[in-house]
Amino acid sequence: MSTQEIRFSGFGGQGIIRCALITGKALSLYDDKFATMTQAFGPEARGSACAAQLVVSDDRVLYPYITHPGILMALSQEAYDKYYSELPKGGTLIVEEELVKLRGEHPDLRLLRVPATRYAEELGNRLFTNLVALGFFTAVTDVVSADAMKKALPGLVPDRFLKINIKAFDKGYEYGLNLIGKDNSGDAS
Amino acid sequence: MKTERSGASEKAKASVRRRYAGAETVAADPKGVDSGPHFMDGDHALAEGALAAGCRFFAGYPITPSTEAAERFAERAPEVGALFIQMEDELASIAALIGAAWAGQKCMTVTCGPGFSLMVENLGLAAMTETPMVIANVQRGGPSTGLPTLTAQQDMMQAKYGPHGDNAIIALSPDSPQECFDLTVEAFNLSEFYRVPVIILTDETVGHMHEKVVIPPADQIKVIPRNNYSGPKEDCRPYKFDCQGGHPMVRAGDGYNFHITGLTHNEKGYPVMTAEQNVKVVTHLMEKINGNADEIVRLEEDQIDGAEVVVVSYGITSRIAVKAIQDARKEGIKVGSLRMITIWPFCEKRIREISAKVKAIVVPEINYGQMVLEVERNAGGRCKVISVNHCGGAVHDPQVILDAIRKASQ
Repeated sequence: MSTQEIRFSGFGGQGIIRCALITGKALSLYDDKFATMTQAFGPEARGSACAAQLVVSDDRVLYPYITHPGILMALSQEAYDKYYSELPKGGTLIVEEELVKLRGEHPDLRLLRVPATRYAEELGNRLFTNLVALGFFTAVTDVVSADAMKKALPGLVPDRFLKINIKAFDKGYEYGLNLIGKDNSGDAS
Repeated sequence: MKTERSGASEKAKASVRRRYAGAETVAADPKGVDSGPHFMDGDHALAEGALAAGCRFFAGYPITPSTEAAERFAERAPEVGALFIQMEDELASIAALIGAAWAGQKCMTVTCGPGFSLMVENLGLAAMTETPMVIANVQRGGPSTGLPTLTAQQDMMQAKYGPHGDNAIIALSPDSPQECFDLTVEAFNLSEFYRVPVIILTDETVGHMHEKVVIPPADQIKVIPRNNYSGPKEDCRPYKFDCQGGHPMVRAGDGYNFHITGLTHNEKGYPVMTAEQNVKVVTHLMEKINGNADEIVRLEEDQIDGAEVVVVSYGITSRIAVKAIQDARKEGIKVGSLRMITIWPFCEKRIREISAKVKAIVVPEINYGQMVLEVERNAGGRCKVISVNHCGGAVHDPQVILDAIRKASQ
């Protein structure tokens, strides 16, 4: 049984919870995995640090919370500061390149940086930051397929913004593939 | 002794046994069924289960961690043709349910500990007047306002013993968003058949966590429709004290004269305040549930035969327990699992059977030790009973349950 624990984090309003919802839906409905999502339910829902967690497994998830996250996506300084130290050696750290100032080079981690907010703004609105980041996450990890992620979007983003959200996802996805030197030609999309 | 004999004679009067399993069912109304796979939290699944079961009336007051269920119902109500009312408080919410039920509606409310406490008075009225309704208590840490956003299983006893006087209710405990859907449908069916409030005792963890929930096509969801009396006026009886379910409701406005009161009443519903009448009423209220426990109680068992230790658990804790059980088995400990899907009536018979065969029963729960008292009572000293309690705010560390299993096996 292989189990992966993932934490998505940032500040309220960045679409962090949505990131976990889209990924969880993609995995459990379209990638034939079991996924359990939990989220912070405190007064931090807006503006402050915000996190959502996913436990992904080939079998039914028993313990619903993460205990040893292997992947951290941090889209804000506060989220990075709060969570990076819980990653184990070899863990994957994805940060928003222009919002997070690193506290060291993290030689023990697989560090990946994406200017998600800038790309989202280039697409017209920083509200798409989370989709750029998700596209990047999908490209640089082996958690979920791009195909499943795109299938999961309807219902989780407003219908009239579906196309632009897919565009944002593709932008992050391609950037991620280029960054790690993976060829996009054979990938489902 | 007199009470026992009276109860027995009431039970003997029942000439034809009406069985829950044999109750007439119909396919769910497709309008309320959002068929297909979803990635959904437990709270939303509660609302979807209610709509699928034919609930078209919801009155409630928002309270964390149950609010998402009310939101979902409110959002879906216009498209389904249901009514959602945000009431001024929880007292009014359950009072509205009693009214709606007697007007012919299947009805529901959701709340958590502080709100449930306010509902308790009218919960007793609903039980006494044999009014079907479903109440979901998405438990959070207490006592009092306690831990609004954090999990607990601390209202297990309150569900049954909250109201004053003797009364029996049914309570179910889902372990996942999928079961929040499935058991809400079941709760409505039990509630309709036994004419009793059915309480879904879930918790913040299950209520707020998202998982895959598959809602079947409407024609695969069997629901017990409201059974309204339609015979001659002179034979109309809203009550029948025969210790069974399956007696029809009488709908207000259908032209029948009857009375609904919290006072001890006769079969037409009018007050008869004597000790003799209370024997009939109380015996019926208790026995229609406890006397039919074999039909109502649902358990999930794993490797109990040959086990030296059995873990008895429910709700979210049962999933944490399975993790501990798997680890214990790797160490060679013969450990079985009994998951209580039905909390009330309690699975007395099964605990008595198991306690005669095992060294110990381990009971993890997110409270200071509540259902463990029922386990102890029914184990009757035949085996050790080990409580693995937790004061709320989080789920157990599986290691703590594993340690208890190890200790129990020695």
